Amino acid sequence: MAEKTVAATSGKQPVATGRETTRDQERYIQPPVDIYELPEGLVLLADLPGVAAGDLNVRLEDNILTIQAKAHHAVNAEPIYREFELVNFFRQFELSDEVDQEKITARISSGVLILELPKAEKAKPRQINVQVEKAAA
Amino acid sequence: MARWDPNNSGGMGTLRSEIAQALDRAGPQFAPMFRAAFLPGRGAREYPLTNLYDDQNSIYVEALAPGADPTSFNISVAGDTLTLSGEKPRVQGEIKPEAFHREERAAGKFVRSIELPVDVDGNNVTAHYKNGLLLINLPKSEKAKPRQINVQVA
Repeated sequence: MAEKTVAATSGKQPVATGRETTRDQERYIQPPVDIYELPEGLVLLADLPGVAAGDLNVRLEDNILTIQAKAHHAVNAEPIYREFELVNFFRQFELSDEVDQEKITARISSGVLILELPKAEKAKPRQINVQVEKAAA
Repeated sequence: MARWDPNNSGGMGTLRSEIAQALDRAGPQFAPMFRAAFLPGRGAREYPLTNLYDDQNSIYVEALAPGADPTSFNISVAGDTLTLSGEKPRVQGEIKPEAFHREERAAGKFVRSIELPVDVDGNNVTAHYKNGLLLINLPKSEKAKPRQINVQVA
């Protein structure tokens, strides 16, 4: 699972037909992730503090998995001391054919995104039983 | 030719003891950095990071703690010091180290004390944990609240 960053617009959109535009004037940070492999597939955990389920956008296009999220502070009051800011999260990964893209599931709890990427059948390890022929008497 | 005693001569000996003293002095100051080393990627920083907010009635502490175990939080107020502790568990289940492709998220136990800028009513502190942010609401004590003073017009 290689990391990949591509332009936010997809190549299928018409190019330079109207005014030229650039990416949103927004700042993004890359969320820290854990990725580990189980026999059934890959599991990706990403820390996305301040992100509610509705503000999360996980999409898959041309083998590129994009995680994009908007974070919101928990309180609306006058800040008097600041150690962290919540900006938007953005990170992309390139998936190989070994992942069954139809069966990817995502859920978020306590600010942690859990993505399960099951392996395609052909990529799963298989145990092959060895048949032992009885020696002719 | 002068005899050189590494422990008790001018030049090198003095330098050596000066370095040792300097390291001793630096010790306590650097220790928290090593103690926090079990939080990868957060090493030299206090954890969790916090923001303070203020309105007429309360001080709010917002702590950045994604993935913490909500039952592990322990929040106490003593005088003007707020102490919060808790634990962010590692990945669940037994996963072999070699199964990890990436391991960037911090994990482990944490404790942090924050000095509050005003007197608070320690009996009515409430805390909520939502979307990975811990929000602690500390009502100001009566004498710390702003009071409206009416101007008498003569």
